[in-house]
Amino acid sequence: MADPMKIRATLQGDVADVRVLMAHPMETGQRKDAAGKIVPLHFIQTITAQLNGKTVFNADVSQAVSRNPVFAFKVKGAKAGDKLSITWQDNKGDKRTDEVVIGAGS
Amino acid sequence: MRHALVLGLAAAISAAPWQQAAAQAADPTAAEFDKFREIMEQDNPAELFEAKGEELWRARRGPKNTSLEQCDLGLGAGVVKGAYAQLPRYFADVDRVMDVEARIVHCMMTLQGFKYEELAKQPFSSPVRTPEPVSLATYVAAQSRGMKIAPPQNHPKERDAYETGKAIFHYRAGAFDFSCASCHGEDGKRIRTQPLPNFTKPATAIAAVQGWPGYRMTGGVMHSLQWRLNDCYRQQRFPEPGYASETLSALLTYLTVNASGHVYRGPGIKR
Repeated sequence: MADPMKIRATLQGDVADVRVLMAHPMETGQRKDAAGKIVPLHFIQTITAQLNGKTVFNADVSQAVSRNPVFAFKVKGAKAGDKLSITWQDNKGDKRTDEVVIGAGS
Repeated sequence: MRHALVLGLAAAISAAPWQQAAAQAADPTAAEFDKFREIMEQDNPAELFEAKGEELWRARRGPKNTSLEQCDLGLGAGVVKGAYAQLPRYFADVDRVMDVEARIVHCMMTLQGFKYEELAKQPFSSPVRTPEPVSLATYVAAQSRGMKIAPPQNHPKERDAYETGKAIFHYRAGAFDFSCASCHGEDGKRIRTQPLPNFTKPATAIAAVQGWPGYRMTGGVMHSLQWRLNDCYRQQRFPEPGYASETLSALLTYLTVNASGHVYRGPGIKR
């Protein structure tokens, strides 16, 4: 079900500016549907970024984060051609991994 | 004393239009929101729907199991680049003017075999569901990013649609005796903190087109122009026009032609 992420990684010197856009409903567990029933919690719990297979960024995320969230962070020591992969996992066990090559003009 | 008063009054009267325009431009709430939107536009979730729309455009779907790649958006079968900037326009195969969503719905029916009744049943986005024509319209619109808005007015039916749209825009009725022009027909109006742009003037009519289709931060929902117009009618307590109908295409022709010449920035983000 998970749709692809949009990952942008641009190099400034040896620092990669990474911006990730994720497609996720991020249900808070407080919203009610048209029938008045509570929509169950459904949110991204962990995000991991790996540069050439080495973890460089780890995040625990709560249901307070908006639907279709954006994450931005910087990675030191990145070079053009490095592989950056981002993985998220939600509380239902759903997972998605996308990869970009830094400096490939994405 | 009396002279001074008269002079003062005259000055106030002649300054009024200028003051009004300045008040609108310098509205601190609007300026702050513009800043916020600029930041949000850098990572607009509309891109996710653009990607989804592109996938849908190329996928073989529907009872006929075909893709939309042969859909003619006005610049020839399969040409998507720049098509949105020249919509709504006249299509000879249906002998009417169509806006982007009406055309996409038409293509989904003729090429893929979908039924209008199915597509029009729940045509607008909700937090849990984004109808396919909305994602497709987002994809098509994005392919005209940075282009000048230039809907043609060459065919008599295109000029007809403009005049019809203009008449619809100014038609007062419904429980509140409202027309579109009640809110969007003069300068300097607002609803709560939101400025209401004047769509009858070329300089401000762009606000009807810019940023649509738009990702609405409230609720995180991708919305199309068909939804926007429909919601205006709902707010007017007006009978809502049919989805992808000639009525909405005519109204969109009027609004888009008025906005001609402005550069389209692509799918946007809304409060």
